[in-house]
Amino acid sequence: MELASLVFIVNIIGAGLRTGTPLLFATLGEIITERSGVLNLGVEGMMLAGALAGFAVSYGTGNPWFGVMAGMLAGGTLSLLNGLVAITLRGDQVVSGLALTFVGRGLTSVLGVAYVQIREVPRLPTVRLPFMYDVPLIGPNILWPLFGEQNIVLYLGFLLVPAVWFWVERTRPGLHLRAVGEKPAAADAVGINVAAQRYLYVFVGGAFAGLAGASLSLAITPLWIDDMTAGQGWIAVGLVIFAGWNPWRAVLGAYIFGALRRLPLDLQAVGWLPFASNPILGVWLEMIPYLFTIVALIFSSREAIRKRLGAPAALGIPYIRGERGA
Amino acid sequence: MKKVVSVLSIITLLALILTLAPANVLAQDEVTCESDVVVQADDWLSKIADKFFGDVLTFPAIFEATNAKAAADDSYATIADANLIEPGWKLCIPTAEYAQVILGVGVEAPTSAESIQIPTIVEGMTNVAFVYVGHIGDGGWTYAHNEGRRYLEANLENVNTAYLESVPEGADAERVIRNLARQGFDVIFTTSFGYMDPTGVVAEEFPDTAFVHISGQKKNATNFGNVFGAMEEMKYMAGMVAGAKAAEDGSNRVGIIAPFPIAEVIRLSNAAALGMRRTCPDCVMDIRWIFTWFDPVKEREAAESMLDAGATVIITGADTPGPVQAAGERGFTGLAYDSSNACLGLEAVCLGVPYWNWGPIYADIVNGVRDGTWVPEDYYGSTADGLLGFYGFMECQEPYPSVPASVIPEMQDVLGQMQAGTFNRFTMFTGPINDNQGNEVIPAGVSLSQSDLEGLSEGYMSAFSIEGREPCTICMGYLVEGFDSTAEIPPLN
Repeated sequence: MELASLVFIVNIIGAGLRTGTPLLFATLGEIITERSGVLNLGVEGMMLAGALAGFAVSYGTGNPWFGVMAGMLAGGTLSLLNGLVAITLRGDQVVSGLALTFVGRGLTSVLGVAYVQIREVPRLPTVRLPFMYDVPLIGPNILWPLFGEQNIVLYLGFLLVPAVWFWVERTRPGLHLRAVGEKPAAADAVGINVAAQRYLYVFVGGAFAGLAGASLSLAITPLWIDDMTAGQGWIAVGLVIFAGWNPWRAVLGAYIFGALRRLPLDLQAVGWLPFASNPILGVWLEMIPYLFTIVALIFSSREAIRKRLGAPAALGIPYIRGERGA
Repeated sequence: MKKVVSVLSIITLLALILTLAPANVLAQDEVTCESDVVVQADDWLSKIADKFFGDVLTFPAIFEATNAKAAADDSYATIADANLIEPGWKLCIPTAEYAQVILGVGVEAPTSAESIQIPTIVEGMTNVAFVYVGHIGDGGWTYAHNEGRRYLEANLENVNTAYLESVPEGADAERVIRNLARQGFDVIFTTSFGYMDPTGVVAEEFPDTAFVHISGQKKNATNFGNVFGAMEEMKYMAGMVAGAKAAEDGSNRVGIIAPFPIAEVIRLSNAAALGMRRTCPDCVMDIRWIFTWFDPVKEREAAESMLDAGATVIITGADTPGPVQAAGERGFTGLAYDSSNACLGLEAVCLGVPYWNWGPIYADIVNGVRDGTWVPEDYYGSTADGLLGFYGFMECQEPYPSVPASVIPEMQDVLGQMQAGTFNRFTMFTGPINDNQGNEVIPAGVSLSQSDLEGLSEGYMSAFSIEGREPCTICMGYLVEGFDSTAEIPPLN
C-alpha cells in the first residue's frame, strides 16, 4: 500500500482509539447497568460530574489518579439518584435518567466556574512502548503511531473490556447480575437481593461514566469547560444498542464512532473528492447517536423489538415482588 | 433492606450536594473588608488569594470585593482585568463569608434547568439585563460578554446589572426578553445572532426600554439597535503572526478551524489568510469545517488533522483553547479566540488571541440611554473604537514568548494603523484579490462594501427584513489566495 494512504488510514484509526476511549468507558458502564435491568439515560450528566470532579481533584491534590477516583465516585454517586427512582421508588426510568442529565449539567456548570480558567492540571500520563517501533514491517508505520505513545487511558480501555466481559459472562456474581436483569423474580426466588444487585451495578455503571468524564478532562481534551462532553453521553447510550449489550461489540462501536468523527475532517483535505458530500456525511454521523437514543426509547416500550435487539428482558421494568409477569 | 438502601442513597446525595455547594446566604452589596492589601511588584491576584484564603482559585472574591468597594470608596483600585494589577493599588480582602458568596456564583441571577427565573430590578438605579446564549463559564463568547457586564458594574455609577445564561434561541428567548422588559429593565442586551428577531418583536411592545442586539443587522428608529465589530482586523493580526511563525518553523503551513460556512466565518478566515500572506508570501493555509461552535473533541481533532497534514500553527475560530493545546503538545503553536484570557495557562505555546472588548461600548450605550441621547444604530465597531483587541499587543500587554521577534514591529505598526483608522476592513479587502483557484474576485482598486463583507444577499435581507442596506455585489462566498487549492466552502444545508 502506498505510504500516504497508509498514513491517512493510520491517522484516522489513531484518532478513533483516542477519542473512542471515553465513549468506550461510558458504553461499558451503561452495558453493566442495563444488564442488571436498569436503564440510565443520565450518562451525559454523570460524565460531566466525573469530568469536573476529576479535574478539580487532580488540580487540588496534584495527583491525576486521585482525580480519576474522584471522578468515578462522583459519577457513581450521581447515578444512585437514578437508582433511587428506578429501584426503590419504582418510577419512570426514562424520566429520571433525563432528569439526571439536567442535574449533572446544571451542577457542574455552577460548581465548575472557578476551574474554567485553569489549564495546568496534572494529566494522566502517556505510556511509551518503544518496542512497537522495532516490530519488523508493520512496526514503524502502523504499530508505533497507533500504540507506541498513547495516553494510559487507551491501555486501560484495552484491559477493561475483557475484564467486564469476564465478570458479566463467566463469574458467579456476573450470573447474579444477568439474572436480575433477565428474570428478577427467579433471582429473587433463589435468594438474590434484586434491589441490592441493581444498586450495585447502577453505581458501577455511574463510576464508569465518571471514569469516561475524567479521561476526557485529564487526558483526551485536558480542560474543564462547561458542558465539555458535548453530547458524548448520548452517543454512549446509543452505542449500547449498537453493541447489543456485548462488551466486545462496544469496543468496535466506540472506536468506529471515534474514527468516524475524524474521517470527514481528513476527507476535507482530499483534493479529488467533491466536497459537497462531506458536510452531509458529517451531519448524518452526528445524527447516529441520537437516532440510536430514539430507538432506545422506542424499544424500551416494545416487547418484540427488545427481544430482537437482545436487550435484557427486564430492562427498564421496576421489580415488584409477587407481581405477575415480573 | 430497601429502606436502608434508599435512606443511605439520599444521605450520600445530600452529603455530596452540601459539601460541594457553597452557601448563598449573604447579599452581594454587604462588602466588609477583612483587611486591605497594597499590591507589591511581582504580585498577582491569585497569589494574593492563595496567601489569604489558601487557594489560588479564590481570586474572583478579591476581584469582586475590591471593585464593589471601589464604587463607594475611590481609595480602592478598580480592577478591569483580573490578570492585570499594578503595584500601589489598594485591594480589599473580603471576609470568608463574602468570598463564599462570590465563589458560589450565579448570585446576581440564579437560573435553573427547569425554569428561568427573571431577576428583579433595583429602584433608583439604571437596570441593565443581559441575555446569554451560553454559560459564563464557557471561557469564550459568553465569558467575554460577561466581562463586559462586569466592566459596567466597575466603571459606571448607579448601575445594576443582571444576566440570564443558556437561554435557547427562538421562542424561549422571546419570552425571556419580554419578561425582562416587563420587569422594568432599562437596557436589555441580547448577545446571540438567533435573538435578533425575538428582540425586534419585544422592542415594538416596550417602546420605553432600550434593546441592543449583538451580531445582527436589524434596528428600528427609536429603541432597538445592534452592535457588532470588525473582528476581521484582529484575525488579520492573527494571520500575520501565524505566517511569521510558520515561516520560522519552516513548514510554511498554517491551519485554521472554521465553525460554519457562513459569511462571518468566511470573512474572518479570509482576513487571517490575507494577514498570513503579508508576512509569509509562500505560506499556505489549510482549513477544516467542523459544523459546531463548541465541541472540545471535534475542535481538537480538527487541529490534529491539520497538524498531521503538516501545519505547525493552528488558528481556531471555535470556542475552546483545545486546538492551541493540541498544537503545543507537538511542540507547535496556536491562536485562541473570543476572550482576552483564552490562552491563560497556555502562554508558552500561544501566539495571541483576537478578542472582544465589549465593556466600553456597553458603557457608552448605557450612558447614552441615561442621558436620553442614545439613538439606535446599526453599529459596526472596529479596533479604532476599542471594541477589539489582539492579546499581547494592546496597552499594558506583552507579546507571548513564542511570537517571532522579527514580526513584532510590523504587527505593532499595523495595529497602530488600525487604531488610527487608516487601515481597516475596507482597505484590507481591496483588490486585486484572487480566490484560491487563481480567479480574480475583487478587481484592482475595488474595495468591498459593508454588505459585501457581511455577504448580505437580497434574499437574506428580505428573510430578516433588514432595511437600509444595499445587497452585496461581491458576496462573501470565496476563499482568498493563500488557502490550499483543495480548500472549498461547503454548502451550508
